[in-house]
Amino acid sequence: MILIGLGYGCKGGAATAALASDAAKRVYVAPGEKDEVYAFLSGGFSGQMSVYGIPSTRLFKIIPVFSVFPENGYGYDEETKNMLRTTNGYVPWDDSHHIEASMTDGKQDGRWLFMNANNSPRLARIDLRSFETKEIIEIPNSAGNHASPFATENTEYLMAATRFSVPIPQASVPIENFSKGDFKGTVSMVKVDPKSGRLSIELQILVPGFDYDLSHCGKGKSHDWCFFTSYNSEQAYKMIEVGASKNDKDYILAFNWVRAKQCLDQGKASNFGGEYYRNYLPENQPAISEKLSGVKMLQPKDCPGVMYYMPTPKSPHGTDVDPTGEYIVGGGKLATVIPVHSFSKLMDVKDKPEHRSGMIMDIPILKYESTLAGEVKKPCLGPLHTEFDGKGYAYTSCFVSSEVVKWELGTWEVEQHLPAYYSVGHLSIVGGSSKDPYGKYLIALNKITKDRYLPVGMELPQSAQLYDISGGKAELLSDFPTVGEPHYSQMIPAKLLMDKAAKIYPLEENKHPYAIKNEKDARVVREGNTVRVYMTQIRSHFKPDTIEVRSGDTVFFHVTNLEQDFDIPHGFAVGGAPEMPNLLIMPGQTRTFKWKAPKPGIYPFYCTDFCSALHQEMQQYIRVLP
Amino acid sequence: MKIIKNIIKFGKITPVLLGLIAFSYCGKEKPAEAESSVGSKGIGPVTSVTLGTLDEGMAQKGKQNFETKCSACHKFEEKVVGPALKGVTERRTPEWIMNMILNPMEMTQKDPIAQELLAEHLTQMTFQNVQESEAREILEYLRKMDKK
Ligand SMILES: [Cu+2]
Repeated sequence: MILIGLGYGCKGGAATAALASDAAKRVYVAPGEKDEVYAFLSGGFSGQMSVYGIPSTRLFKIIPVFSVFPENGYGYDEETKNMLRTTNGYVPWDDSHHIEASMTDGKQDGRWLFMNANNSPRLARIDLRSFETKEIIEIPNSAGNHASPFATENTEYLMAATRFSVPIPQASVPIENFSKGDFKGTVSMVKVDPKSGRLSIELQILVPGFDYDLSHCGKGKSHDWCFFTSYNSEQAYKMIEVGASKNDKDYILAFNWVRAKQCLDQGKASNFGGEYYRNYLPENQPAISEKLSGVKMLQPKDCPGVMYYMPTPKSPHGTDVDPTGEYIVGGGKLATVIPVHSFSKLMDVKDKPEHRSGMIMDIPILKYESTLAGEVKKPCLGPLHTEFDGKGYAYTSCFVSSEVVKWELGTWEVEQHLPAYYSVGHLSIVGGSSKDPYGKYLIALNKITKDRYLPVGMELPQSAQLYDISGGKAELLSDFPTVGEPHYSQMIPAKLLMDKAAKIYPLEENKHPYAIKNEKDARVVREGNTVRVYMTQIRSHFKPDTIEVRSGDTVFFHVTNLEQDFDIPHGFAVGGAPEMPNLLIMPGQTRTFKWKAPKPGIYPFYCTDFCSALHQEMQQYIRVLP
Repeated sequence: MKIIKNIIKFGKITPVLLGLIAFSYCGKEKPAEAESSVGSKGIGPVTSVTLGTLDEGMAQKGKQNFETKCSACHKFEEKVVGPALKGVTERRTPEWIMNMILNPMEMTQKDPIAQELLAEHLTQMTFQNVQESEAREILEYLRKMDKK
């Protein structure tokens, strides 16, 4: 009612969500047929990433990233537990938000995905051959790594900026000093090695103590720049919900990363503290965890031209760059317009004093109108985040009025209101944040699911909605429950990934220090109170098959799966092991189960992944002697 | 899960196999088709192999591969997981042996002898990512063992 009164086109809510008449046919993927697109969804508070097929919306896999995963032993075994090391110790959970796909020349290249962890500031790299997490780097001098990991056009760098500003370096100061400027944020440039994908922190830039929310980097003509939204320019520290909503405009920070790198090379950054871990999982070997210390820190005052503030209404969330690199779309969650900045205008006015309205920490503030390309007027309530279809249209999610609005770049006219249920956050279009969107499917990632599915207690699954945007009008096709909060997503055409997916770990390439490649080498070796069991698995037996240890021994089962056949992992579980869950060991892989031999007795161990007609016989005993 | 997959595929196949199932589960007579396949080259990439005098170098390479990829399931003198291999080069054609190494899944679905062996041993032979040249070397090693 209120919405209609205000003149918004949508009537709001799930009741009006019209389904395409032949929707069932358009999402039906017949048995044995493959989906057209992979959708990778972040898991929010689950800390994981999930993989769906589009248009069927079938769930294929959960890739463990920042949270332990007892289903396959990630984060528990001797090989992967170091992946979750941080300067705060072993942190077996995180809050994961955004997924970025690696790009070459602004286009998805199918090599890696990156995902951030907001809570213990971290970034992860997921390999798209094995669909496994290969590297996790901690971000020092940061509290809450939210505005990340947004990649530059050739994945030269990933950007990471602080959600919660804090004293940098950390110090116990009165919290009210926040408003006196004692709290700061940082923008980190994380370098991605173009061959190996290895991550390293090349530079940090100290920025004013706002809350940095989201980012996107430029493309084409705006290649050198990345754009960060910030909220709480009020620097409120109490009742932030109210205190951070006072200013009519906050800022998009325009950051010239090429210039920053230049200043680094000219020696304008100084040595700064900050300890962090970098954890790397080499192919089929134990993770290597390094503790690193110190970064290069740049102050904006020492590098003129590196940053500018573009005022943006109001408490902006998304900052999204269109495929041409010209338009920077803000999503002011409390704004009544969708503001669009022009990159060309930014270039034109950035160094002209008459276009400035002030400075913060030596960063020029430009006038709102000076960089403005246009405004989409009264689009909806609570515009958040925008994706592009590559055909001249943009789609913006609206949290408060629960809808997606389609509008045209250049005319700024709203073309369509698409009802969403309920409280939509991010959107994702296949390739929609790249230079070359594939443009056919859009998913809306929703926060709340009330009344869509059978109730399952107090909490319902969160959900996503699938739309077909290939025709003139976008059409709703289906909706599906998700794993955790589907915070952001990247969708990648299947043809870019499916043929290069790994099938096995080749045994001859297995360089694990405790691998054995031959049943003849299976053995038990005692080193004092430590016992190493060099074990093999193949359908449907273990070697050695009976084992004797002494109570109190520390036993390492180094288990190598000798299979070289696609889709034949074996499991490994020991009865009543309090510290270790199941392991799933891929064909040709070696993983290690650490076990403190308990009180004397007979303990079974067995394979947990149904592997053959004699799977149930894939079981043996450990005798624990007094 | 994987075994279910196998059974489904099993169910799809020819009357030969149905006969075989009847044989293995109900103790009926062996299907006639299985007999007629003796001397068969099997199904797979290998259609013709010319054997010369035993090549010691090849046999040595074959031994190494055999130990890594085959010996967990096959011994020469006794059945372990799979059948004992003593005399295999006399029982089967060289092509059949290589196809069984290179294409075990299709072999156990379509080749009468392989079907019968699966019914007897009940464990699907695994493809161990062996290349065709390596399969030839393994064959040479099997020949060598049979000449002993
Ligand atoms: Cu098993």
